[in-house]
Amino acid sequence: MSGGVDSSVVAGLLAEAGHEVVGITLQLYDHGAASGRKGACCAGQDIHDAKRVADHLGIVHYVIDAEARFRRAVIEDFAASYAVGETPVPCVRCNQSVKFGDLLTLARDLGAEALATGHYVRRIAGAAGVELHRAADPERDQSWFLFATTTEQLAFCRFPLGGMASKALVRAEAARLGLPVAAKADSQDICFVPDGRYADLVARLRPDADAPGEIVTRDGVVLGRHQGVARYTVGQAKRLGAAALEGGERQVVVALDAARRRVVVGPRAGAGVETVRLREVNWLVPPPPAPIACTVKLRAREAPQPAEMRALPEGGAEVKLATPALAAPGQACVFYDDSRVLGGGFIVIPQVDGGAAAAVSGADRGGVAQR
Amino acid sequence: MPVHVYLDANATEPLRPEARAAALAALDLTGNPASVHGFGRAARAMLEGARETIAARFGTRPADLVFTSGGTEANTLAISGLGAGRRRIASAIEHAAVREAAPDATILPVDRQGVADLARLAALLAEGPPAFVALMLANNETGVIQPVAEAASLCRRFGAHLHVDAVQAAGRMPCDRAALGADSLALSGHKLGGPAGAGALLLAPEAAARLAPLIIGGGQERGRRGGTPPLPAIAGLAAAATATASTIDLAPLRDAAEAAAIEAGAIVCGAGAGRLPNTTCLALPGVKAEIQVIALDLAGIAVSAGAACSSGKIARSHVLAAMGLGDLAGQAIRVSLPWNATEADITAFARAYQDMAARLCRRAA
Repeated sequence: MSGGVDSSVVAGLLAEAGHEVVGITLQLYDHGAASGRKGACCAGQDIHDAKRVADHLGIVHYVIDAEARFRRAVIEDFAASYAVGETPVPCVRCNQSVKFGDLLTLARDLGAEALATGHYVRRIAGAAGVELHRAADPERDQSWFLFATTTEQLAFCRFPLGGMASKALVRAEAARLGLPVAAKADSQDICFVPDGRYADLVARLRPDADAPGEIVTRDGVVLGRHQGVARYTVGQAKRLGAAALEGGERQVVVALDAARRRVVVGPRAGAGVETVRLREVNWLVPPPPAPIACTVKLRAREAPQPAEMRALPEGGAEVKLATPALAAPGQACVFYDDSRVLGGGFIVIPQVDGGAAAAVSGADRGGVAQR
Repeated sequence: MPVHVYLDANATEPLRPEARAAALAALDLTGNPASVHGFGRAARAMLEGARETIAARFGTRPADLVFTSGGTEANTLAISGLGAGRRRIASAIEHAAVREAAPDATILPVDRQGVADLARLAALLAEGPPAFVALMLANNETGVIQPVAEAASLCRRFGAHLHVDAVQAAGRMPCDRAALGADSLALSGHKLGGPAGAGALLLAPEAAARLAPLIIGGGQERGRRGGTPPLPAIAGLAAAATATASTIDLAPLRDAAEAAAIEAGAIVCGAGAGRLPNTTCLALPGVKAEIQVIALDLAGIAVSAGAACSSGKIARSHVLAAMGLGDLAGQAIRVSLPWNATEADITAFARAYQDMAARLCRRAA
C-alpha cells in the first residue's frame, strides 16, 4: 500500500470481498532527507495516508523498512546506469528486488495466500500456467514495468485493477469505499527524487557522471560542451545548445560515450536502429528456439510495434524491428503477443563501430514514467 | 485474530484500577491549583498529596519533585536544566529521550550483557572537569539493570552530576533516588500503570536549587515548570506508584515465556545480567525482528522490537548493537509483561512463538 489511490482501492476491494487483508507499506527511503527539510519525519505523507486507509478499512497495516535494499538495488543501480551512459528504469529494478522479491517473500513468510498490488496489468490463469497481459485500460497499462516478474512470482500475485476500464472507475471505487485518498493526485516522476532533479542525485552518488565533456557528431566533430552525460538520454533534443541544429538539421542524442564523457548527436531523421540487443532477459513463455514474430515496446508509453525476436545464450535476446526506432540503452524492451507479455530485457549499449557508437532514441527524456 | 495478549508493557502499562479511580475522581474536580478560592485549594490539596506520595515512594523531598508531561520531558529538563555547560557522558543504551537531548555526549560503553562499564566511567570522569552523566536504571529493551549506585559514588568522587532515567525501572524494582545516590531521576506515569500525560523529575536538594526551567510561563512548580498541571494524570501517577508495591512477582511468568522461546531456538539478550522481572529480549537468529513482530501480531500477541519510528518502521536496536550482538541486533524482539499478565497469556505466547519460529526458521535455514 503506497498510500495512493490504486493500492488503497485494491485493499478496499479485497477487504470488501471478505479476504483477510494485511496491508504493507514499504519505507523505501528517508522522506525527510529526500524532501530536504531538516528535522522532517522519515515517514512521508504517503505512509500516513496508507495507515489512514487501513484504519478506515479495519485491516491491519505494517511499515516495512526496505531502505537499505532499495538504496542498493534501485538508487545505486540508477546512478551507476547513468554513469555508464544508460537511461535506467528504476521502477523495474524496484519490482525485481523490493516488491516481487522481498515483499513477496515476506507475504509468504506471514502465511499469506497471495500478494495483491495496485499495478495495472492482468494475470490470467492459462492452460500452461499463469500469463501476464496488458491492462484493460491502455492509458494505464504497466505491463512494460513488470516484464521482469518471474512466472513463479506471478503465480503468487493478484492485480485486481488490471481489468478496470479507466482510472476514473478506480477513483469512483475509492469514493464508493469512502477512502480518505479518493481525490489524491497521481504520483509523478521517480519516487525517490520528489523534485524531479535526478541529475543532482546522480552527481552526488557518482561524481564521475557529472563531469563536463564534449558534444560531438558521429564522426567526432566537436559541436559544443555539456555538463555531464547523466543529463542526457538517447533521443533527447534538449540541452544541446548550439549543437541542436547542425547542417540545417535538428539533432538528437544518438549515443552516450561515458568513458570519453561524450554526448554523440546525429540528425533526428535516421537516428533509429533496426536491431536491438537485450540482456537480463526474463521469459514468461519457454524461450523460443527459433526467431518469432511479435510486437515490442521500447519505452513505457508507446504502442507495440512489429518485430522479430530470438533468444540468445546467457539471458540475451535480439530484436529486429520492422521499422527503425529510437532505442535508449538501459530501458526495457518488452515482447508481446497481442495483449500477452512474452518476456523482455534491458537494451544494451550497441557495440562501437568506427568512431562513435550507433544508437537510437525516443522523445525528449525517456524513462521517467512510473512503476 | 483469536487472542489478544498484551506483552508490551515497556511501551505502556495497562491502566491500573487504582490509577483509573484516582484519575476519574480528579477529572470531576473543578479548580486550578493556582487559584485562591476553595476550588483551587481542593485542587492544590490533590496535587500536593500526589507529590508527597510519589516523593516518598521514590526517595525525594516533595519540594524537590517537579511534575512534567512525562518521561521524555523529565529527561530533557534534567539534561538542559542541569547539564548545560558541562561535558556530558551518556551510556550507549540510553533511550532516545536522553540520547537526542544530549547528542554531543561521550558514549559510555556496555559489555556483552548490556551492563555499563564502570571502569571506563571512572576513567572518563577522571579525564576532565566535572561532568553530567546519564545512566538509566534499567534498560527498556533488555531489562538489564545498571550499576547506578556504584556509578553514583564514582560521580560523587569526581564532582559529577548523575542523572538516572528510571522510566522503565520505577515500580518494577527498588527505586529510591536518595538511596541510589542519583542527583536527578526521571519517571513516567504511564509506564507505572497510570495515564499518559504526567511524569516527574526527582531531584537532590542542591540540584533542585539550580535547575533551569525548560518551560517558563505561569510560575507553576516553583518556577521550574510552567503550565497548569494535568491533575487527572498526576493523581493517576500517584495511585499507580502506590499500587506497584503490591504487583505480583512477574519473574516466574517471564521465565516460562523465555524457556518456551529458548526451546524454539531463541537467544536471550542480557541473560547473564540482573534484569527487570517483566522483561526479556529474545533474538531469533536469521529472522528479522520486524517479521517476528508482525507474525506475532497476526497471531494476536503484542510485542515490540528496537525503536519504532513514528512511521511504525522498526529500526535496528542501538542497545543490542552496543552489546556487540551484531546481526542479532536486528533479529530480537522485546517481550515485556504487564502488571496483570497471566499464565494463560504466557501459554498463548509460547504457542504462537513456537509456531512462528518453526515457520520462519525453516525459511531462514
